[in-house]
Amino acid sequence: MTEKSAGLVVVDTGTANLASMLAALKRLGQSPELTSDPVALAEARLAVLPGVGAFGQAMSRLAALGLEDAIRARIAEGRPLLCVCLGLQVLCTASEESPGIYGICAIDARVRRFADRPGLVVPQLGWNLVAPLADSRLIEPGYAYYANSYRLEAIPEGYTGATSDHGGQFVAALERGPLLACQFHPELSGAYGHELLGRWLARARAC
Amino acid sequence: MLTLRVIPCLDVDAGRVVKGVRFSGLRDAGDPAERARAYEAQGADELVVLDVSATPEGRSNATDTVRRVREVLGIPLTVGGGVRSVDDARRLLEAGADKVASNTQAAVDPPLIDRLATTFGSQCTVLALDAAKRQDGDGWELVVRSGKERTGRCAVAWAREAAARGAGEIVLTSWDRDGTRAGYDTELIQAVASSVRIPIVASGGAAHGEHMIAAVRAGASAVLAASILHDGETTVLDLKRALAAAELPVRT
Repeated sequence: MTEKSAGLVVVDTGTANLASMLAALKRLGQSPELTSDPVALAEARLAVLPGVGAFGQAMSRLAALGLEDAIRARIAEGRPLLCVCLGLQVLCTASEESPGIYGICAIDARVRRFADRPGLVVPQLGWNLVAPLADSRLIEPGYAYYANSYRLEAIPEGYTGATSDHGGQFVAALERGPLLACQFHPELSGAYGHELLGRWLARARAC
Repeated sequence: MLTLRVIPCLDVDAGRVVKGVRFSGLRDAGDPAERARAYEAQGADELVVLDVSATPEGRSNATDTVRRVREVLGIPLTVGGGVRSVDDARRLLEAGADKVASNTQAAVDPPLIDRLATTFGSQCTVLALDAAKRQDGDGWELVVRSGKERTGRCAVAWAREAAARGAGEIVLTSWDRDGTRAGYDTELIQAVASSVRIPIVASGGAAHGEHMIAAVRAGASAVLAASILHDGETTVLDLKRALAAAELPVRT
């Protein structure tokens, strides 16, 4: 396995807490490299797009670095990509968090804020039960850690994945081949997250 | 549904875990990274590291500790102590924190909360609020500088203002109960939790699971404990079993 960790890049989004993702990947024996270079992102065998603060800010950063096309291309070509939290949301067309700003538009869906309802704590900060769809191959049932105020309400056509419940069902994760986009943070989800990252790495390396 | 969180808190001074009563009389309670690893194995849902030396001495250099803890820790890490600016927060985040808590400086400079929330997001911006019962017994006042200074400001009003400015969570510590094992101040928790929509982490005074059940029923989304865990009197797992026995949702 000389190339065990070759070509795993983590997109350096400037504001994200990248250290947790890097530490989690290192605990899995990987040697992730940070990049903000579109060519490196396009050419890497495996890529990770971590959570990045607010939707609008994230999109302007991705646009300024010229990374949108590389992300869109990886998805269109079915090449290994892991997106986390806001990394999932920016794949969509837009978000209530930043009205008037387009996302990457790889997924035809809009991101909305959790319902404003008495007794529903927002942001959702904590561990929630993840329930995979029957045809999910990567996601197991279990508890994962969330830190979000916005979410996708339904799994779009062409994807499998998992759901959780916080004042109603929402998308916990989307999956299609070696693309895994998690609303929760696998890198902060203890043994559950460690194992999920391990399965994604194995699937991605087999591509 | 979202589960209740049990959160060990490591008060760190000069790279060691310490614990005192009412924020003073600190004694050694071990290595932060070893503690962190042990608590995750026990089922901790999250970890808080507070650099208790930072504010009185006017410095913030918990980054080495944060880096060491991050290497071994696979659950969320909140770090507080001496966070004076967006740059201080960024240093802690780069070292491996997932959330940054500000206390004294946020009270002195409330727009700091807006700046942290705008830069890193509300989910990353934690208010550490230390509250003491007013001497006349009517409500609670905000206490700053690691408990050394009573401000006279209403703690509940400050919680509401901080939430409006973008804080995503409040670690609510009762100065009166801290380290006493007399139970959380549930009236304080109720007063704050009913005034904001963001999650409240109850802190200060826990001795056993019954205290945690009371805090949750008062409106807390999470419970913080230090000395009872550091001294080995109980474990995170035992505390979660107590919560589960009361039919409260916990991650098992």
